[in-house]
Amino acid sequence: MKEESLLSVTHLRTRFHIYEGTVTAVDGIDFDVYRGETLGVVGESGCGKSVTALSILRLLASPPAEIQGTVLFGGVNLLDLNLDEIRRIRGNAISMIFQEPMTSLNPVLTIGEQVSEAIRLHQGAERQEAWSKAVEMLQMVQIPSPQMRAHEYPHQLSGGMRQRAMIAMALSCHPRLLLADEPTTALDVTIQAQIVDLMERLKEEFETSIVLITHNLGLIAEMAKRVLVMYMGKVVEEASVEDLFREPLHPYTQGLLGSIPWIGQKQKTGRRQLQEIPGVVPSLLEMPDGCRFHPRCSRVRDICVKEGPPLVRSGDGRRVLCWLWA
Amino acid sequence: MLQYVVKRLLSTIPVLFGISLLLFFMLRMLPGDPAQVLAGQMASQEDIKLIRHQLGLDRPIIVQYGLFLSRLTRFDLGRSARTQNPVIREVWARLPNTVLLAVVAITLACVFGIPAGIFAAVRPYTWIDYLFTSMALFGISMPVFWLGLMLVVIFSVVLHWLPAGGTGSWKHVVLPSFTLAAFVVAFITRMTRASMIEALSQDYTTTARSKGLKEQVVIVKHALKNALIPIITVVGLQFGLLLGGAVLTETVFAWPGIGRLIVDSILARDYPVIQGAILIFGLLYILVNLFVDMIYALIDPRIRYD
Amino acid sequence: MTETTQPQSRRIQRSADSQLRRNWAKLRRNKTALVGGILILIYLITALLAPVLFPSNPSAPNLSRSLERPSIADPLGTDELGRSILGRVIYGSRVSLLIAIGVVFVGLLVGVPLGLVSGYYGGKVDFGIQRVTDTLLAFPGFLLALALVAVLGVGLKNTIISVGISMVPIYIRLVRGCALSVREQTYVEAAKAVGTRDRIILLRHILPNVMIPITIQTSLGMGTGILSAAALGFLGLGVQPPTPEWGAMLGSGRAYLFHAPHVATFPGIAIFLAVLGFNLAGDGLRDVLDPRFRL
Repeated sequence: MKEESLLSVTHLRTRFHIYEGTVTAVDGIDFDVYRGETLGVVGESGCGKSVTALSILRLLASPPAEIQGTVLFGGVNLLDLNLDEIRRIRGNAISMIFQEPMTSLNPVLTIGEQVSEAIRLHQGAERQEAWSKAVEMLQMVQIPSPQMRAHEYPHQLSGGMRQRAMIAMALSCHPRLLLADEPTTALDVTIQAQIVDLMERLKEEFETSIVLITHNLGLIAEMAKRVLVMYMGKVVEEASVEDLFREPLHPYTQGLLGSIPWIGQKQKTGRRQLQEIPGVVPSLLEMPDGCRFHPRCSRVRDICVKEGPPLVRSGDGRRVLCWLWA
Repeated sequence: MLQYVVKRLLSTIPVLFGISLLLFFMLRMLPGDPAQVLAGQMASQEDIKLIRHQLGLDRPIIVQYGLFLSRLTRFDLGRSARTQNPVIREVWARLPNTVLLAVVAITLACVFGIPAGIFAAVRPYTWIDYLFTSMALFGISMPVFWLGLMLVVIFSVVLHWLPAGGTGSWKHVVLPSFTLAAFVVAFITRMTRASMIEALSQDYTTTARSKGLKEQVVIVKHALKNALIPIITVVGLQFGLLLGGAVLTETVFAWPGIGRLIVDSILARDYPVIQGAILIFGLLYILVNLFVDMIYALIDPRIRYD
Repeated sequence: MTETTQPQSRRIQRSADSQLRRNWAKLRRNKTALVGGILILIYLITALLAPVLFPSNPSAPNLSRSLERPSIADPLGTDELGRSILGRVIYGSRVSLLIAIGVVFVGLLVGVPLGLVSGYYGGKVDFGIQRVTDTLLAFPGFLLALALVAVLGVGLKNTIISVGISMVPIYIRLVRGCALSVREQTYVEAAKAVGTRDRIILLRHILPNVMIPITIQTSLGMGTGILSAAALGFLGLGVQPPTPEWGAMLGSGRAYLFHAPHVATFPGIAIFLAVLGFNLAGDGLRDVLDPRFRL
């Protein structure tokens, strides 16, 4: 039987009304997030993955942003709530962590203060109580000497520690869903691995579902259970992580996977050069007709230029937005 | 932190040196003979020569500078050519008046300017923003002395509410300080607005909102605290400028401050007073800037713990 | 991709052209810049067409009509010597325009090269120039101009020099800061590695990047220049009579404030509008050119 989803997004459309026109960053996407799973969202810069996360928590300035659709969480459509109500959810039931820990942490407030803020707000704790809970969280994210560190400022911590502090901040109220926007992109590779381990462990401990947004396919392979592939505001493929890597259906996904360098490539395939997807992502103000990917697709057909493809489902939780499988 | 303080203090020494050098040589280049001026029209050649010797003007220039410096350390700035009083006494008598105006003006400016800037930043492109921004723009485009005169016309000539000049009561302080404050308010409003907009567009503001904090908390605790850093710097700078802009306001309102002293001395060619007053001004300005740097270090932890 | 094979300089030229066109379009849309531009245009036209707008001699005294209120004959009234204030305000625009241009010219002429050299070469040269700049900046700008006037004397030429020099430290700081950051860019390193001479680097790479803050500062600087010169005029230490200068007119009009306020009012409005124009234009330029402040 199909499990009930934690977060259910239907027909989410986010547009920005700017002087040059209307930009549709997210164009009618649907997806679900289930309890205890990590859903990966992968795509190039500008495909709409970050905007999706920001839309869920309504963190976009509304003008110029316009968000439509349904985001069901705990039986309530988040897009229908007023600002006070959504604030009760932010940092509490749903949290978010961001890419750049240096700029995402407030430079003039101590780490302890920033971590305990949410605790004080959502759990009604007194200052002292919240502070000790914050220190506990810092300990849990494996920051050494947490009592001392809590009194320090972001610029006094290393990049990895700052990201840990952000994670501590986001998980301080035990949210059911964590939106992680490129959590490791700004970090060294070795630190990345540590952060990944940390996030896995905490996910188990707090039973938090994670929406992992990244352009790093390796990270997806390691952490995600299911994956969404996005391109120009649309979900072009959805599959379990094994299915996606073993047998990608959409030409874009195939291109992404084909461009990952691997050892032994030259011997196995005889090719010296990395495969690339030709062309560049067009500006969102000049969207191609028909299938958005058609100008760069190696398997383009006549119909692709004229009409946008339908979403095709196959039984095992896979979806593809492509004429090849229609 | 202590390191920072010491470093800043030390860096002011060469600047003080430079100012004294600048003033010394500038005034030596002045046309006209100070000894003659001091002696007056009726003096004979011997008298002038005597005075020149007294002033040390017949010694080589390096020696003169050395004497100048040594006198400085004893706070001896010479005597006014007009009144024969020690320069330091002339300046000291008027200093409190200028400082009074500057303090009142800066306080007014901050009380009105900072909230205005915050309101404008929080609601950009609304009528509130346009109102405050336009007022600020007008404020910095207006000549201080013209504003002062216009205020006198309105409040003294037409309404007879306030006196047109001089000192005496609190009523005498109102118009000059408002005049001075006008330009500063405008500047502070613009600075606050720009600084707040910058802070509100930073990543940490999005993070704060993502934690579900009330917008008020986000604005005051997260954004404003960061925005204050450049604002304080500007306020300090403006305070220093006020000590200088006071020149015009003091002239319009016949306010007995250092500014007026400088202007009158220039018109009367009273070189010792010009030199002394400007020197004091420079010193004050540097001290104020130093003070601002200290506060800056207090607010911004990145400077403190480095 | 064919782009990478084009010669470097031509590619920069092409992108510079379209950038210029884009900026101009943005500038025209910007309301602030538009209003400022209109004010400046009115100011320029008044200054250039002064003899056409007011054919008689604005400085010729006519004591029989002294201190008359605004009327049909003299829309802005007359001053203490019976001269038409309208005429003197119109001709005054020439004087202040001359001052504004002169002042900025001095500031740029001295400030930009010093700033470039200071920022680019660093070391002892930088240290020396910076200490001098610090000393000059230890004075509020107007006070510095005042001190210089005390030394040099009064009059139009000395006003321009004094106020101009008081602007120099600002330009030095601005240009130096910009040069410092551009110097660290990789393309400058690359140019140096290829052996490009310093002079060429300064002209081709650093200077174009400095142009933007310089342009903004210049627009604002013209406004400040007019204000400072007017202030000196007001104190009697600037342009001397009978030359019509707005600040000086205010200064002499001060004596008649109680029964003939119009003498002091109108020149002040003129100063205000001119400075406002430059400030608006400068703000508009900043909105368009300086991405940091774009919202």
